Amino acid sequence: MATHATTQDAHGHPALQHHFENMEQQREAGTLGMWVFLVTEIMFFGGMFLAYTLYRNLYPAAFASASNHLDITLGAVNTAVLIVSSFTMALAVYFTQIGKLRPQVLCLGLTLILGLTFLGIKAVEYHDKYEDHLIPGRLLPWNPFNPGVQEEGQPVDHHKLHLLPGATVKNVEMFYWIYFAMTGMHALHMIIGAGLLMYLLIFSLRGRFDPEYHSPVEVIGLYWHFVDIVWIFLFPLLYLLGRHYLHG
Amino acid sequence: MSEHIVPVRVYFAIFAALLVGTALTVFAAFFDFPWRLNTVVALSIATVKATLVVLYFMHVRYSIRLVWVIVASALFWMGILFALTLSDYFTRGWLSTQTG
Repeated sequence: MATHATTQDAHGHPALQHHFENMEQQREAGTLGMWVFLVTEIMFFGGMFLAYTLYRNLYPAAFASASNHLDITLGAVNTAVLIVSSFTMALAVYFTQIGKLRPQVLCLGLTLILGLTFLGIKAVEYHDKYEDHLIPGRLLPWNPFNPGVQEEGQPVDHHKLHLLPGATVKNVEMFYWIYFAMTGMHALHMIIGAGLLMYLLIFSLRGRFDPEYHSPVEVIGLYWHFVDIVWIFLFPLLYLLGRHYLHG
Repeated sequence: MSEHIVPVRVYFAIFAALLVGTALTVFAAFFDFPWRLNTVVALSIATVKATLVVLYFMHVRYSIRLVWVIVASALFWMGILFALTLSDYFTRGWLSTQTG
């Protein structure tokens, strides 16, 4: 303990690991490692975006019809919720960097609440799809994929599929496979992110992070922004692609 | 040397730009652009938003060169993934002598 105290100079932060020269090197190594992980995440989601591109190119009418069935308001609100949460996350990093504990805790808490809000809205949307029998295949054996189709001249029913010329129910099902795979994986990342934020919140309340040592806040922030970016692409590709066919 | 701290007004500016971008992409989706440019417009707005997040919220603009290399490598390999796969799928109809 005594030897530790004597080395407590500019390079002697208690969080400094022995294999690093100083805090800056340690922080940069952590950021770099996180970016390498995020590259693997980009490739992981990239595969699903590629599948989306191929099937949308094969079944354009079915994809537009299926997209029109999604709730654009809930999708747009969720996009805004995620952007606000990214903003509060960036502020949480900022307040940690300048050593303001209370705003740091507040921003982390807000980010967590916004993340959970996103998941809540997503759950409402999934439930709507469940009610309309749009869960693809027999993922739910008691509620297989079996949507109603809007017939010409019948009263407009928003729970039914409004098929554009050339679209078939079978190909709409393909859209919903991709929709649930992509938004489901995204939601899983949000759940993991919420868990990480709870960890940050606990250690932030204990005063663990300061201007010298805050790699966990910075690195989890990078993860959170990455998940936001995935949604920035998912929202227009899934929710908006067929709108102009109805209103153009 | 200590790390670069992004001023808080920059965060506010990026935040505002992201919200404007979201409103813009919803607004644009209801128009019927010529030559099916809707997807191009939507993806352009999304790419601008993503770039702002990466450069400012994720601090890449102020990061060391090695971070730049890693981000660029992700884009490069994504390019390979899309270019090679799509060059296969999108050219399959070109062979008129195809059987089966």
